[in-house]
Amino acid sequence: MIRKEDKLVKKLDWWTIATYIVLVLIGWISVFSAVYDPEHGQIFDTTQRYGMQMIWILGGWFLAAVVILIPARVYPLLSNMIYVIGLLLLLAVLVFGVERGGSNSWLVFGPVHFQPAEMTKVFVAIGLAGVMSRPHFNLRSWRGIMQVTALILIPAGLILLEKETGLALVLFAFIIVLYREGLPGWIPVTGIVGIVLFLLSIVWDPQYVLWLCLGICFLIALLLAPGKMTVIITLGSFTALWFLVPLVLKWLSIDLFASMERYQWFLLLAAPLVLTLAIVAFRKRIAYLKTLLLCFVSSIVLIFSVGYLFNNILKPHQQARIETLLGIDKDIYGSGYNVHQSKVAIGSGGFAGKGFLQGTQTKYNFVPEQSTDFIFCSIGEEWGFLGACLVIFLYTFLLIRIVRIAERQRHPFGRIYGYGVASCIFIHVFINIGMTIGVTPVIGITLPFISYGGSSLWTFTLLLFILLKMDASND
Amino acid sequence: MSAGGSIMENRARQRSIIVAFFIICMIILAGRLVFLQLINKEYKITASNNVLRYEIIYPSRGLIYDRNGNTMVENQFAYDILITPRELVSFDTTAFCSIFNLDRERLEQMLEEVHSRRRTIGYQSVIFLRQVSNQEYTRFLEKSYKFQGFSVQTRSVRSYPSEICGNLPGYIIEADQSFLDSNPEYRPGDYIGRTGLEEFYEKWLRGEKGYSIFLRDVHNRIKSSYEDGAYDKTAVPGKDMVTTIDLDLQRFGEELMRNKVGSVVALDPSNGEVLTLITSTGLSSQYLTNFGSYYPQVIADPLKPLFNRAIMSAYPPGSVFKLVNGLIGLQEGVLKPETRYSCKMGYHAGSLTVGCHSHPSPINLVQSVMMSCNAYYCNVLRSILDNPAYGSIGESMNKWQEYVKSFGFGTRLGIDIPGELSGSLPGTALYDKIYGAGRWRSLTVISLSIGQGEIGATPLQLANLAAIMANRGHYYTPHLVREIREEPSFSPRVERHQVMVAPENFEVIVEGMYQAVNAPAGSGATARLAAIPDVVLCGKTGTAQNPHGEDNSVFICFAPKDDPKIAVAVYIEQGGFGASQAAPVASLLVEKYLTGEIHPSRQWLYERTLEQDLLTRHLQ
Repeated sequence: MIRKEDKLVKKLDWWTIATYIVLVLIGWISVFSAVYDPEHGQIFDTTQRYGMQMIWILGGWFLAAVVILIPARVYPLLSNMIYVIGLLLLLAVLVFGVERGGSNSWLVFGPVHFQPAEMTKVFVAIGLAGVMSRPHFNLRSWRGIMQVTALILIPAGLILLEKETGLALVLFAFIIVLYREGLPGWIPVTGIVGIVLFLLSIVWDPQYVLWLCLGICFLIALLLAPGKMTVIITLGSFTALWFLVPLVLKWLSIDLFASMERYQWFLLLAAPLVLTLAIVAFRKRIAYLKTLLLCFVSSIVLIFSVGYLFNNILKPHQQARIETLLGIDKDIYGSGYNVHQSKVAIGSGGFAGKGFLQGTQTKYNFVPEQSTDFIFCSIGEEWGFLGACLVIFLYTFLLIRIVRIAERQRHPFGRIYGYGVASCIFIHVFINIGMTIGVTPVIGITLPFISYGGSSLWTFTLLLFILLKMDASND
Repeated sequence: MSAGGSIMENRARQRSIIVAFFIICMIILAGRLVFLQLINKEYKITASNNVLRYEIIYPSRGLIYDRNGNTMVENQFAYDILITPRELVSFDTTAFCSIFNLDRERLEQMLEEVHSRRRTIGYQSVIFLRQVSNQEYTRFLEKSYKFQGFSVQTRSVRSYPSEICGNLPGYIIEADQSFLDSNPEYRPGDYIGRTGLEEFYEKWLRGEKGYSIFLRDVHNRIKSSYEDGAYDKTAVPGKDMVTTIDLDLQRFGEELMRNKVGSVVALDPSNGEVLTLITSTGLSSQYLTNFGSYYPQVIADPLKPLFNRAIMSAYPPGSVFKLVNGLIGLQEGVLKPETRYSCKMGYHAGSLTVGCHSHPSPINLVQSVMMSCNAYYCNVLRSILDNPAYGSIGESMNKWQEYVKSFGFGTRLGIDIPGELSGSLPGTALYDKIYGAGRWRSLTVISLSIGQGEIGATPLQLANLAAIMANRGHYYTPHLVREIREEPSFSPRVERHQVMVAPENFEVIVEGMYQAVNAPAGSGATARLAAIPDVVLCGKTGTAQNPHGEDNSVFICFAPKDDPKIAVAVYIEQGGFGASQAAPVASLLVEKYLTGEIHPSRQWLYERTLEQDLLTRHLQ
């Protein structure tokens, strides 16, 4: 008996566990400094959030220990059941849920408040691994794709109904798992490009987005085309025309931009170019040029249909709602307040930070949700660039470690589950840190292991330790 | 096996791409941090404890002018005392109390309240004392160095150069939670227009808030403007507005209505512009500047100053409504100018009697208007309702209702202040409900003939009737705003409405109104008191029964008879005969508007009207 346990302890991936412990402790200290109240100066004071966070952490470790003791083979065996139980919990919330802070995603059992939406990541990761690791499963068949899509979309829809938009969007990170398991690369790439263009066309002037598209197409053409000079000359003459014609007209005292917007001039000029290239592409059967033109034209269509939909169809209050949702309001006193304050907090940290408990921006409610969604502000302000980069490094290290663990699993179930864990952690980290520094839209999701709160911490602990247990019994 | 091998190889490539993707995304984050924390100065704050301080710049609200360019509503500065709990140090409370005339306990209570909220307030400042007086403000400024943690915020509030009925402009008050919930563009602490023009034209009047951002240190000293004001937003002042009100006339009317309860509305019949709109007793404009603090007092007033009688009160119109019945009779052909009816101190049909005063009998239509004979109109209404051209009384009643509705009764006229009510206009449906279908006759509803019973009209609708009489058959939507400056696209929503009675039928009724005022003494004319030298005034008195006390006094009129310039309705609650109270007020108003002064021969009437105090009748 003793030898077996010994073996188990030895087989656990201690690098990952060490990273986990460091991140959790950083979280505890950050929560302490984010909501620090001099009248309750003890970090163990359970009337305050930092005291409670200590309890969540200890609870999380207990949970980890329990997971380590449960045999790893139950997960592939019971994967379908676990997934269904997860769905039932989400349904239960819709029926018995309690509203708390604008979303009705909480289940209440006496003093315990519990958010199944957060847990969904675990259920979906296990369910997906179960289905995709079946011997005859084929991701390139319609049946396979439909199965996988349903597995992800059903819980996402239920979570949307609970008004937890952020947690629903997170589930789309599983596309990384699908890519690893053989989904053609162009699908995730198209998805990412589409989302980026969508966001840019709301935030930016259309002409900048157009130039960006053109620039990217130019680079791709430069890589693929046999005649590099032709590409450069084409783009060069396009740019020259774009600049020179208005200049010449102005010299003739005709103001071109009095009658049209700059982007309209761009399109007017681009239309004959695209047409000519299309004729060439079809005549000479140049495949890459056809694809490139298709991408370029569909990007333009996307940009303008989003712009038209946004500016002409939506009413001002709907526009404001979307802008707030995406956190792209320029009014720093209005809905852009959060992001602006958060950027000021992080920016003011400088290289080495202001020091422990010395942050001013994150205290006194300048930054909202300072202990949950915007906890990274506290780190950025008090520990500066060094501290922030350390946290980012720890996450990167953890992700690479998890991928490594996933790849060494003998059974596909473990591999697929491992990539699921990595995808969830990655999307949470990227969007959460991104929104505090104005890179990604403000989607209210937590920073794994660090943000205040039991649901998030326990979910990620569970995700991680199930993988570690599988890894330990991987033979 | 080779195929399997290539798949494995492919998978290895996918692993590298995923890891590379993770690393690139993390580098993007780190790169952004380099920009934010190391390169960009925008977010760099030198002293460790500096924080941004937002100072809201409240826009000045648009001014309101009368038709002649006189200012009705303007702005003045008000001073709020702010408190910043984080910077508060112990201070001389006695001195503080003496500056603001506070008692010690109250101050301690207020400080306690702020203390309990200090966590949510954080580094921000909140309003501690609202709208302190000018003297208090200057006294505070002298000694402000003693009170660290207190500061002053200047805000613009409304002021009224001449005292006017406050129900017309409305008041400004801090937005309450329910308003904020339905109007997300407002924030707590914002002020909004309520009632009157301020509410209706809020969109134009309010302007747009701005702010300036300052850097400040721990001692709340403002160090500099943040980024040289690059992120500041200037406030956009509200738009100025030109109303159709004649301020002098409005004030003159209010003077006449002092100590009386009721309403005066004067219109320009040629375009629907409202010249005066008075409710009495109304809200004194001196309460409006700091309305919040007077609110309990205003609410408790038994004379209900917030109730705008001119547009909200549905009164029985009384005898002025005979004009409408007469016109309908003519249009329907059941009444001719030469039709004569006799009156023996009233109208008698079986056990039913509608009383009348003593006057010659029988009389024709013109005389009936002049003398305001009740019996005559009982006959007229019966001939309308019992007209054999319609199959049943239900049909003829509906026709009658349609006619009356075309005069603007029983509907909202669409004046541009909130709260207008439609009054009440009965029809077949109502009487069927009260008495049962087929169980009522023209005699059952006979009080309608003299403007009593189920009909209710607002003073605005009565003034509109006067305008219809003046125009001989049409009216324009009454409105209060003529122009919004710098907003050329704005124009008042005015429609021309034609009533269902042909213009030629008006002449005989107008002649009656002329006779009522201008017939020689002894002829039985009811409103001779209203006659004005050199002005041809046409009018109609009304005395409406009031179950709560003395009769209500009503008068509507227009002048001059040809090419009328003004149409007026006056309604005085418990004023007694129409001729005794309402007619003098209306005719003095018309005289003032058309001649600019009161003729010496009518000074006694002016003085008598000013002295009349009818409030005791209401306060019993």
